[in-house]
Amino acid sequence: MSRVWKLHANVNTDEIIPGRYNVTTDRSQLGRYCLCEVRPDFPENVKPGDIIVAESNFGCGSSREHAPVALQAAGIKAVIAPTFARIFYRNAINVGLPLLICPEAVEAAGDGDDAEVDIESGSIRVRQQTYQAAPVPPFVQRIAEAGGILEFIRRYGWEGI
Amino acid sequence: MGTLIEEIFSRKLDRRVHAGEIVVAPVDYAMSHDNTTPLAIESFEKLNRPLWDPDRVIVVFDHMVPAPTPQAAELHQRIRAFIAANGITKVFTEGICHQVMVEKGLVRPGDIVVGADSHSCTYGALGAFGTGMGSTDVAVVFATGKTWFRVPETIRVNISGSLRPGVFAKDTVLRLAAVLGVDGATYQSLEFGGPAVEAMGLSDRMTLSNMAVEMGAKAGLIEPSQGILAYVEDRSGGPASTVRATPDARYVRTVDLDISSLEPQVACPSEVSNVVDVGSVEGEHIDQVFIGTCTNGRFEDLQQAASILSGRRVSPRTRLVVTPASSEVYLAALKSGAIAALVQAGAQITTPGCGPCIGRHQGVLGAGERGLTTQNRNFRGRMGHPDSQLFLASPATAAATAVEGVITDPRRFLS
Ligand code: SF4
Repeated sequence: MSRVWKLHANVNTDEIIPGRYNVTTDRSQLGRYCLCEVRPDFPENVKPGDIIVAESNFGCGSSREHAPVALQAAGIKAVIAPTFARIFYRNAINVGLPLLICPEAVEAAGDGDDAEVDIESGSIRVRQQTYQAAPVPPFVQRIAEAGGILEFIRRYGWEGI
Repeated sequence: MGTLIEEIFSRKLDRRVHAGEIVVAPVDYAMSHDNTTPLAIESFEKLNRPLWDPDRVIVVFDHMVPAPTPQAAELHQRIRAFIAANGITKVFTEGICHQVMVEKGLVRPGDIVVGADSHSCTYGALGAFGTGMGSTDVAVVFATGKTWFRVPETIRVNISGSLRPGVFAKDTVLRLAAVLGVDGATYQSLEFGGPAVEAMGLSDRMTLSNMAVEMGAKAGLIEPSQGILAYVEDRSGGPASTVRATPDARYVRTVDLDISSLEPQVACPSEVSNVVDVGSVEGEHIDQVFIGTCTNGRFEDLQQAASILSGRRVSPRTRLVVTPASSEVYLAALKSGAIAALVQAGAQITTPGCGPCIGRHQGVLGAGERGLTTQNRNFRGRMGHPDSQLFLASPATAAATAVEGVITDPRRFLS
């Protein structure tokens, strides 16, 4: 079971990890300040395996990779949204934070709900209903399966595409 | 047979490339700065490969200069060790990365330039495909000289008419943000054109392209004019060839913007698309005005501000921080007398770089304070305390606001 943290539209990377706190690459530091201003209750109460469910354009703003790293360090298992900002999307795949695109699940889920998410199949169960996330483009799937772009390049190089 | 982006990729890959394709492309330059290099170093070291080309990797110290905390200084040490160990030659500490990249001739029409910074889309102002990426993606470029892209669809933005006095490129792009919304161009690219854009100089073009990412766009391209080509040749010391969209290029959407009757614009807290005519927020109290950043910290911007502040004083009800975008800008503004005029008016001039734009140092906001700034984003807490608010506007509106201490239409100061 994963607790749902429901967030608004256009959550930006300054909100995910404010500029004042990303002067580090220390994961536990980043996790501690993750979402600390928009959801002051988040850093204290988030549990490993929880999920973020957000409205559209999640992760807009700066290119800071600290954002998906901070979410991951805070214990977030996956983020579900109808759309993601482009740079955040790449960064999340690169660091191995699963993103699921599923507008129906976003509409259904409320803050504090329990949800069951199967990353591999993309199935999301919340409020007694099961939803199916959009399929991931095959190329992106391969990077994700490798565990991120570093491992992909190490294993296959660019010829792997 | 394509948009500017399709033409650039087709030329680079030596075959016809269309929007929607995923391609692996060679990169001309890869840039990272003092905020994103540390994570890039960690990723780069995990790859365990030599640097692809020490002359094509650029590191700029701009987000925290001079180091405001021991923690920042320690990050700088780590970056310097990386630079030394890998023989990186293009290292700069003289302004904001995007400004410095352009001034140093590292952005040329038709090139592919990636940066570990979201406003790398600024390079579109010179007809280059510039885009922002995360540190790990850039680290992969450091090691291989290549990256993957999904060639984006393009929204064509045709801008016509001419701006009235007191209205600027910044007002134009804020209006566009209101039209498109903050995710109106996600996964897509913007291509600016039309008579108003053709007439624009480099500084104004950079203001437009810089803000493409605020609408979610991957890039914001402009076909280079003769003036831009001459600038690039001068700065890069080599020939610059132009790049053009073909007349039969296919766009996902065309937006026509006539700017003839545009008023000065203000983006209100805390979304870039929350834009109104200055008249509807005139009189709102502002605690701090900030003129600077990669959007509007150039010589032309400081001149505009100085022309309003010259012979006047910053209102005792507010404060004014000015950060030239680069040392070159700083020197030019010293020479022209703009800096003297600003200092005499009561402005505090800070070191070229990002300054308070990301809320780290050199003029951050306290709880409950309101700033009016020439930067590109007004996210909550961006410039300091989470309970501070930001308005975005042109340097002229910022200067007029500094004089009055409340949001003010710059046209009140036109002589
Ligand atoms: S000036 Fe602001 S927006 Fe521009 S690169 Fe620096 S921090 Fe980013």
